[in-house]
Amino acid sequence: MPFDWEPLLLTFKLAIVVTAILWVIGIPLAYWLAHSHVRWKALVETLVSMPLVLPPSVLGFYLLLIFSPNHWFGGALQHSLGIQLAFSFPGLIVASVIFSLPFMVHPIQAGFQSLPPALREAAYVLGKSRGETLLRVQLPNMKPSLLSGTVLAFAHTIGEFGVVLMIGGDLPGETRVASIAIYNEVEALNYSAANLYAGVLFAISFAILLMVYVLNKKLLDTI
Amino acid sequence: MIELCVEKSLHGVSGDYRLEVDLRLAAGEVVALFGPSGAGKSTLLRMLAGLVPPDRGRIKVGDTLWFDSTKQICLPPWKRQVGMVFQDYSLFPHLNVRDNLRFALADKKDLKAVDEMLALTGLGNLQTRFPASLSGGQQQRVALARAMLRRPQVLLLDEPLSALDHVMRTQLQDEILALHRRFGTTIILVSHDLAEVFKMVQRVCCLEEGKIRDDGPPLKVFSPQHMLGRWQVHAEVLAIVPLDVLWSVTVLMGNQITRIVASTDEVHDLRAGDKILLFQKAFHPMLIKIP
Repeated sequence: MPFDWEPLLLTFKLAIVVTAILWVIGIPLAYWLAHSHVRWKALVETLVSMPLVLPPSVLGFYLLLIFSPNHWFGGALQHSLGIQLAFSFPGLIVASVIFSLPFMVHPIQAGFQSLPPALREAAYVLGKSRGETLLRVQLPNMKPSLLSGTVLAFAHTIGEFGVVLMIGGDLPGETRVASIAIYNEVEALNYSAANLYAGVLFAISFAILLMVYVLNKKLLDTI
Repeated sequence: MIELCVEKSLHGVSGDYRLEVDLRLAAGEVVALFGPSGAGKSTLLRMLAGLVPPDRGRIKVGDTLWFDSTKQICLPPWKRQVGMVFQDYSLFPHLNVRDNLRFALADKKDLKAVDEMLALTGLGNLQTRFPASLSGGQQQRVALARAMLRRPQVLLLDEPLSALDHVMRTQLQDEILALHRRFGTTIILVSHDLAEVFKMVQRVCCLEEGKIRDDGPPLKVFSPQHMLGRWQVHAEVLAIVPLDVLWSVTVLMGNQITRIVASTDEVHDLRAGDKILLFQKAFHPMLIKIP
């Protein structure tokens, strides 16, 4: 039987899309968490961190309930926009974004907090607004944090199993990602295929992390 | 003309106190804020810069209202034409000297202004260096040049030279004065150094627990009225040693150490570290403690 590359491709497609979305959501969220003093900030911080402690099956179960066309949210999405989130690739994206959020937000939030406040104050006094200061002063001085957040979120999305299984099921080409494919092959006692999927994931994860540590050292040396 | 009339509750080391300041500066004036740590000097500068909002009051610079609590006006720092130099320089570590200066430009194409300022402050041959590779004095010179490129209506210097050694400090004092002569910027300087205050400003405001206790020329503020007209010098006591019926007091005046003879009356409440005023009465110098 020829080897099926689709689960691997799907996995990386998912990880890339999720990481891109997390950049857009994660950076403003981390900025707000690092600088805001409102009282209900703790509530938001708790919600962001929940995926760290929740069993993936719990999160997957609730998301599945909400995404279901019988739920008002899932139903509304299906009727108004024609998007079905349960057992679909868009559903996997939404679930993975929620699940990997803390891995993106925490390092970036720590990065914002470790910058001396005088740095952004100096930029404000030099006539630069908050947005311009963020882009031209704060983000360029926290590249290691941005890199860690990005890589952790990316790697975590690649490795996710529980949530994906609950939300996506096992539809070939739609929701069958590599981690699910490994499980299938092992169940079918097809160890050589499982070994290939697992080996590719292992090698890629190793390569990504190695690159991060090497790059991080370089980044830290230049700053 | 700068009108600064602000109030704010502050938390100091010795409990809470109110900052209540009503200060008017003429355009082009150089004024020092002098006073103990935690008196509210830095807070006052930060209020002018827009980094800390006052509880109440009014800040008007030239014809522009920067803050007015009755009219709900509070311009953000980036809309105030203000330059600020921090004690720790606060250069952008990811930009080289030239780009640090360019950052301050309102009009990004005005590179001529950058070149001029580089030449004026003698930073030309350092322009491609990054802040981490510069000495403290060089960094502060860049910070100063950067602040001036903003063409500020008022330049705020928050103990800018206190981390530098004596030689560097003197040089930068001269440069600040040169920049002032050239651009006529109004300057407010926070300083702990009497010599610096005397050298740099014509007017000093002494701030204590949030109130201005004294305001005038340095000579008048720091010398008791009845002492005027005599030879006098500020000094710090280093050691007091008995000498038969008299005492030998070793004092530090600027960088000079001198020993003088004093009577038991003069030294009875003196300890090493006290600030004193030395003055000439009849034939030999006498000293009194400055409270």
